[in-house]
Amino acid sequence: MRWLRRNLVVIAGLGTLAYMILPNLVVTVFSFNNPTGRFNYAWQEFSLDAWKDPCGVADMCGSLALSLQLALWATIGATVLGTAIAFALVRYRFRARGAVNSLIFLPMAMPEIVMAASLLALFLNMGIQLGFWTILIAHVMFCLSFVVAAVKARVLSMDPRLEEAARDLYAGPVQTFVRVTLPIAAPGIAAGALLSFALSFDDFIITNFNSGNTVTFPMFVWGSAQRGTPVQINVIGTAMFVIAVLVVLAGQMVGNRRKNAQPK
Amino acid sequence: MTATAAPPQAVAPAEPPVHKASLRKRLVPYWLLLPGILWLLVFFVLPMLYQASTSVQTGSLEEGFKVTWHFQTYWDALTEYYPQFLRSLLYAATATVLCLLLGYPLAYLIAFKAGRWRNLLLVLVIAPFFTSFLIRTLAWKTILADGGPVVDVLNTLHVLDVTSWLGMTEGERVLATPLAVVCGLTYNFLPFMILPLYTSLERIDTRLHEAAGDLYARPSTTFRKVTFPLSMPGVVSGTLLTFIPASGDYVNAELLGSTDTRMIGNVIQSQYLRILDYPTAAALSFILMAIVLIMVTVYIRRAGTEDLV
Amino acid sequence: MTDKTAGGDVRLAGISKHYGSFTAVHPLDLTIPQGSFFALLGASGCGKTTTLRMIAGLEEPSTGTVSLGDREVTQLPPYKRPVNTVFQSYALFPHLNIYENVAFGLRRRGIKSVKKQVEDMLELVELGQFAQRKPHQLSGGQQQRVAVARALINHPQVLLLDEPLGALDLKLRRQMQLELKRIQTEVGITFVHVTHDQEEAMTMADTVAVMNGGRVEQLGAPADLYENPKTTFVANFLGTSNLIEAEVLEAGAADVTVGSAGATLRLPAARCSTTPKAGGKLLVGVRPEKISLVHADEEDTVAAGRNKIRGTIAASSFIGVSTQFVIDSPVCPELEVYVQNIERDARLAPGAEVVLHWNPEHTFGLDAAQDIDAGIETVEEGA
Repeated sequence: MRWLRRNLVVIAGLGTLAYMILPNLVVTVFSFNNPTGRFNYAWQEFSLDAWKDPCGVADMCGSLALSLQLALWATIGATVLGTAIAFALVRYRFRARGAVNSLIFLPMAMPEIVMAASLLALFLNMGIQLGFWTILIAHVMFCLSFVVAAVKARVLSMDPRLEEAARDLYAGPVQTFVRVTLPIAAPGIAAGALLSFALSFDDFIITNFNSGNTVTFPMFVWGSAQRGTPVQINVIGTAMFVIAVLVVLAGQMVGNRRKNAQPK
Repeated sequence: MTATAAPPQAVAPAEPPVHKASLRKRLVPYWLLLPGILWLLVFFVLPMLYQASTSVQTGSLEEGFKVTWHFQTYWDALTEYYPQFLRSLLYAATATVLCLLLGYPLAYLIAFKAGRWRNLLLVLVIAPFFTSFLIRTLAWKTILADGGPVVDVLNTLHVLDVTSWLGMTEGERVLATPLAVVCGLTYNFLPFMILPLYTSLERIDTRLHEAAGDLYARPSTTFRKVTFPLSMPGVVSGTLLTFIPASGDYVNAELLGSTDTRMIGNVIQSQYLRILDYPTAAALSFILMAIVLIMVTVYIRRAGTEDLV
Repeated sequence: MTDKTAGGDVRLAGISKHYGSFTAVHPLDLTIPQGSFFALLGASGCGKTTTLRMIAGLEEPSTGTVSLGDREVTQLPPYKRPVNTVFQSYALFPHLNIYENVAFGLRRRGIKSVKKQVEDMLELVELGQFAQRKPHQLSGGQQQRVAVARALINHPQVLLLDEPLGALDLKLRRQMQLELKRIQTEVGITFVHVTHDQEEAMTMADTVAVMNGGRVEQLGAPADLYENPKTTFVANFLGTSNLIEAEVLEAGAADVTVGSAGATLRLPAARCSTTPKAGGKLLVGVRPEKISLVHADEEDTVAAGRNKIRGTIAASSFIGVSTQFVIDSPVCPELEVYVQNIERDARLAPGAEVVLHWNPEHTFGLDAAQDIDAGIETVEEGA
């Protein structure tokens, strides 16, 4: 009983973790299912069919490719624009700083559906054809604030004397930026870019409003929830999960090895 | 010694060359801001204005809509859809509280008790992100399926009796009930609660716990008087990051709920994309925005922290 | 970049800096001779760092010009000036190892073969074996030496040091002071050193400029500044001074006689920073270590012609080599006296009546119109 009391936090925490991981396990297990009907919600029998033919469902892999493409461009756009804003905010004094800060903060403090609906209002009013470009515009818009937040945090913690030291040591403005500023700000920029990619790739609500007939991967999953869920969806979900975990673990291992190679 | 100090009362030398920062240099921040801010003005602020104008238009899809300053739309929308508004706020608030109750122990565990497992646990917390959230939400359909193991266990333990007495479930079902929707919302936004909590807990100096113990505080007192107050910034940003998106969500209600669990997000979505009643949809989303902004402002004032995100 | 020909002096002419309505540095003329070790000394916010940054080109002066030798460099950006800086807290590039940090300046100037130079420089600062480490893996003292090496390798005309020892503990600071002095003698480059530590400035520099409120109060060799302060700020900021408010009784060509609360004191007219007039006021100063102390019973042993004051011991503290007394006297409350512990007189305890006496030659006179306490409170406050 005393053991239970002392480890209450550990038990509760692991319980929460189980709650968070459970759906991923279900997704993985059901990628080996062979359902009888159109929906893959009840277990029937083990099968490797879906894994052997992951693109066997009409339009699914196309939507996946489209989502990757969108996420890539949205990441590039948001990272470039957001990094510039972050530098301006941290490194310069100018009028309207407060207004700029609120403008950056507001998109993060608003339910996504409000932004989604208002963007649709804009596009409808201006008679713009919904599709790839409207989705891309929307994704860059909502990723921007997150990039600014991530890069700002990093640049804020950076000693401005480092850039002065570079200029003092014969590095011109461009050299200073390339040799000193950029490498030191890189982790923040990378974090912002990764976040953008994840947000854009997985975005549903804003895309749902502004995609017209274009089908991204989340839109495909949404549609199949109405029409019938192919097992291949679970295959893609599982593969994404495994790849991402492997990338993270590899990154950590490289990081650890670097740390060990340079004893303090 | 050739060095001389200017006499204290000395005025500047005759006609001193006055140097001013060049115009080009002073414009640098504006050039950096221009593209991004322009993007936000055109695709965030301008749309809001368009939506504002849409909300006071009347007309039909065939004849076109005109601005007639018809504010009645707001009143009509509110009276017709107030159950959905209330339901959204109730579900979002419940999910936020559940996220805090479930997330705090895990954040605490990672910050103070995990030791060398800390990084692994952190990876596990963000790991679900790696699979599309729609796929994971669909998995709850399997987990909560009628007659499935989870429902069976809850039934045997008479949990469902309690929840149906609370009006959260009906009979021996979980799927298509408010409980399923809240469960999905809680699940989807848990990482947004845990990460800020972890960040602010991790900053706490563990010597403070020892100091509190040294000053005769029992572990529970230490938590109430030291740890929890110090983690407030995390609690505030975690609850905001959970409540704001949850209040406008329609995915969980659509996938896990029924027509009786429709949230305001579902209404806005169908008004915009199916019924095509743009003025009502615009008015609804403005009302939602106003409610959320007011609640958030009051909450931040109360919590007494300006430290956001 | 090396220009060791004559005329490599740093010349500041009418240089000043305003931030909005705040004036950090008032118009200032200063010439720093080539090859000297020059210190800018002052409390934080006195304008010394701003002056340094204007020489480096990191701060644009509001008025005036900066010249190196015959060349005016006011409009040159820092990366085009033959001047290098050792920054406060070092500003080593965290993403580069020690070798690359030191090679940075050479590489930016397009020099391809840097190996020999970098290795020699690391040897000079005794860090050869740390070349592959990252800055955060070195101790404070080692980082400081890397910062010096990184600047010196470029053979600048002038090396600027901005509180370079501020982050080090006392013992290491003493060691690095000697080290920097050694390096300066070895390379013969002009060093301009900014510090708030008066002892550091006096040990290291040939010339010290004491700054206060954006102006240079006084400039000279350390011993000269200490013995002949021209203002109360300098008298109080450099070491400790006993300042006595007195009335001028007689202003002769060689000697000045003043009176204060019944005591009559003499001092050389040459040591007055102002022209004393009979009947006017004068601040009379004397350093605590110049004063001798005898018990009142032995007043007759004091030689004639010395300045004498009576008083009571208010407090005494024994600190090994000397004993520091605080004396209450009608002339001046809280006079400080340092007495070498050669033969200790047991009667010199708090409450005892004593006579203070000193050689009139050791007395200096200051303008009485100044704040008598200027420079006192700021002494112990670091940047």
